[in-house]
Amino acid sequence: HGPYQPHEPGYGLYQPGYSPYDDQIPDPESRMLAIQNAKAYLLKSSTTSGLNLYDHLANMLTKILDEQPTNAVDIIENISKDVKCAQFRKKMDTLRDEHEILPTTEAAEVRKALFLKTNAEGDEELEEEIGETPLPNVMETAFYFEQAGIGLSKDESYHIFLALKKLISAQPIQTCRFWGKILGLEMNYIIAEVQFQEGEEEEETEEEEVIEEGEKEMDEFEDTDEEKEKDEPPKSTYKPPPVIPKEENGTGANKYVYFVCNEPGKPWVKLPPVTPAQIVCARKIKKFFTGRLDAPIVSFPPFPGNEAKDEEEEGGRDTYEENPDFQPPSVAEMVDSLSLWVHHSQSILPQGRCVWFNPSQKSEEEEEDEEEEKSEEADKPQQEVGPSLLTPLSEDEEIENLPAWTARLSTDLIPEHAVAILQSNRWPGAYTFASGRKFENIYFGWGHKYSLENHSPELPPPVQAEYPSGPEITETSDPTLEEELAFKAAQEEALAASEEEEEEEEDAEDDEEEDD
Amino acid sequence: MEAVSLPAALELAAGGGVGLGPEKRAVLGTSLPLLQRDYRFQRVRFWGCIQGVRGVYYLAEGLGPDRAAPRSRLYSLNCVEWSLLPPATKEMVVLAGKLKGRFQGDPSFEYDYTEINAEDAERLLEDGKEPIIKEETRLVATIEQIDSAVGIVPRGAFVKTPLGSVHENRNFEGLSLMEAKKLSSYFHFTEPVNLKNKTLLEKADLDPSVDFLDSLEHDIPQGSWTVQLEKGGTVVVLRSLLWLGLTFYHVPVTKQYGYVYFGTGEKNLDLPFML
Repeated sequence: HGPYQPHEPGYGLYQPGYSPYDDQIPDPESRMLAIQNAKAYLLKSSTTSGLNLYDHLANMLTKILDEQPTNAVDIIENISKDVKCAQFRKKMDTLRDEHEILPTTEAAEVRKALFLKTNAEGDEELEEEIGETPLPNVMETAFYFEQAGIGLSKDESYHIFLALKKLISAQPIQTCRFWGKILGLEMNYIIAEVQFQEGEEEEETEEEEVIEEGEKEMDEFEDTDEEKEKDEPPKSTYKPPPVIPKEENGTGANKYVYFVCNEPGKPWVKLPPVTPAQIVCARKIKKFFTGRLDAPIVSFPPFPGNEAKDEEEEGGRDTYEENPDFQPPSVAEMVDSLSLWVHHSQSILPQGRCVWFNPSQKSEEEEEDEEEEKSEEADKPQQEVGPSLLTPLSEDEEIENLPAWTARLSTDLIPEHAVAILQSNRWPGAYTFASGRKFENIYFGWGHKYSLENHSPELPPPVQAEYPSGPEITETSDPTLEEELAFKAAQEEALAASEEEEEEEEDAEDDEEEDD
Repeated sequence: MEAVSLPAALELAAGGGVGLGPEKRAVLGTSLPLLQRDYRFQRVRFWGCIQGVRGVYYLAEGLGPDRAAPRSRLYSLNCVEWSLLPPATKEMVVLAGKLKGRFQGDPSFEYDYTEINAEDAERLLEDGKEPIIKEETRLVATIEQIDSAVGIVPRGAFVKTPLGSVHENRNFEGLSLMEAKKLSSYFHFTEPVNLKNKTLLEKADLDPSVDFLDSLEHDIPQGSWTVQLEKGGTVVVLRSLLWLGLTFYHVPVTKQYGYVYFGTGEKNLDLPFML
């Protein structure tokens, strides 16, 4: 309670000299003493922090008067805390600051390398570069997509542009395209789709052939070993489905080679070509990408390979349209009829290849070896036919009343300069734009297909029987007591009967001997 | 994201590849302040957009003086004309939660309830109501679900006064880089559920004015958030895997933060299989 104001009740009650505490109010000298005591109390240093209240209040009020924040009384506690924090920092000044290596500066270093010109040669370089170059104009594509609200920030697009340029200068590339970005759990992937110049891929295929031959030899050895042994555990009747060879590099699902990097500026990693087994498997599992290429994918059915392969097969499925004799129809027409858009690359068959491979040829050889071959090959696999090249998008399968693609214009207000945009509903994140003669595809997303139903993982197959059940190893039930007794009685009868016969024979022999 | 800082915020949240085109940005820059004037909101936020099959819904929300009060939500099909959405009720959320599939893009589209759950439909018929749900209802319920499940704010951005109301913390200077990478520095901006279950020891470390919400640490399933540093480590971006499309961004040691939703409005129920 401060001094009472005239309008407050209690005013005039406690006049000096008349209040009940009169005897305790000190005279002026005692008042000075009381003030000094109060100040001494305020100056007392705290045992824990070494601060004292007097200095703290002085600093706080100084700060408030310097900064003059609005409604200071509401934030007084925070100001107090800030002043205290500021106190502590000064005491550490005796140590020299070790410069922290912030992750931001490291990243900036990496990206700085993008901006440096690699070759300091003369004008000849410039002329070569201005000619035909496989480098796509990422910024132009980004501009068109941006009209529809799709795309990364301009900074990131430019970084990717420079990173692609570095890739092209490092590898012999004929065509290159920014495929898109796949988001992952720990890191994201930026993907470039390239086609090598002809003749650059031979080394790889040779290596692979050598590996394949090596495997075949191994198989033969195993077969001969097994035939020699006779007392072997029963051979497993599990026959893995015939391995469908992957398609040649440069055709089908492996038409393009994909390069991946986590962030523009980091080195590009080439993804290995994909095998059909991986495609089939990848269709059945649904997992997020982590962002590390060597992360194993734990799932059922067991995914052969690791994340790098999963990506490769995602890339191959992007749809496309291209036609050199393209007559650019008006943008409005393109939006109206989806039939003007067609698929470019072959779609991937359920088998995992683009060109159907007949596995029944190989299985004939194996039939001769195996004896327990049942009629597994009786139903020959039907020839799998996918939609032919350049089928119009309007014939794409619908997903339960949902059209496979959604088309729209980028702007309703300025239709003469609008861009036609297609969004895929089956692969959310796949976009295509077309404007005049220009078109491009891109993907931004998590890398999953859209399905209305919840994902249910494939169940493991039923447990195989350990051994074939036949009469020789089947247990028969023990005979009951009656059966045993009956059997015993029958045996005794038989024994008695045979003894009688022997006696008759002996008698006959004795008779014969006697005769002689 | 706040309407006043919309362009900068969109740049920061653009890592996911989906955003707004220049036309929409320009339109929002003019229509959101008008909304603020018409409805007398203190703050207007652009919430995001939900992509339907035939059209896109653009969503905004407006706040009054108490930040913890239920927010008014508005939707538009072209970012020019906005309509107020009815407040969400629990029944709406339960009903709409059973609907599957994409949004159509037409607010008056009616979902036939008999296909989904015959018993409930019969019950509704007995009550005298028709067994249909309008897409508007589904929109309201979805936004409510998304906000309550994955609408997040950094720790320290909001303070609770002893009287119970919630304000923005004017002294909030942003999380440090170390703190920004941890999930425990972010809170769900809804009624806390897990707070009471903490042990006394844990509660002793909490600051009741700042730690009055649930943190992201104990979200089920674990790993349903991805934390990444983008733009060379200058922005921390959190993406939700439960509602694919929700992006939260924060520039450490600054006051810039916000979240936006660009997606189809469907919950990712396959999440446990995908982790």
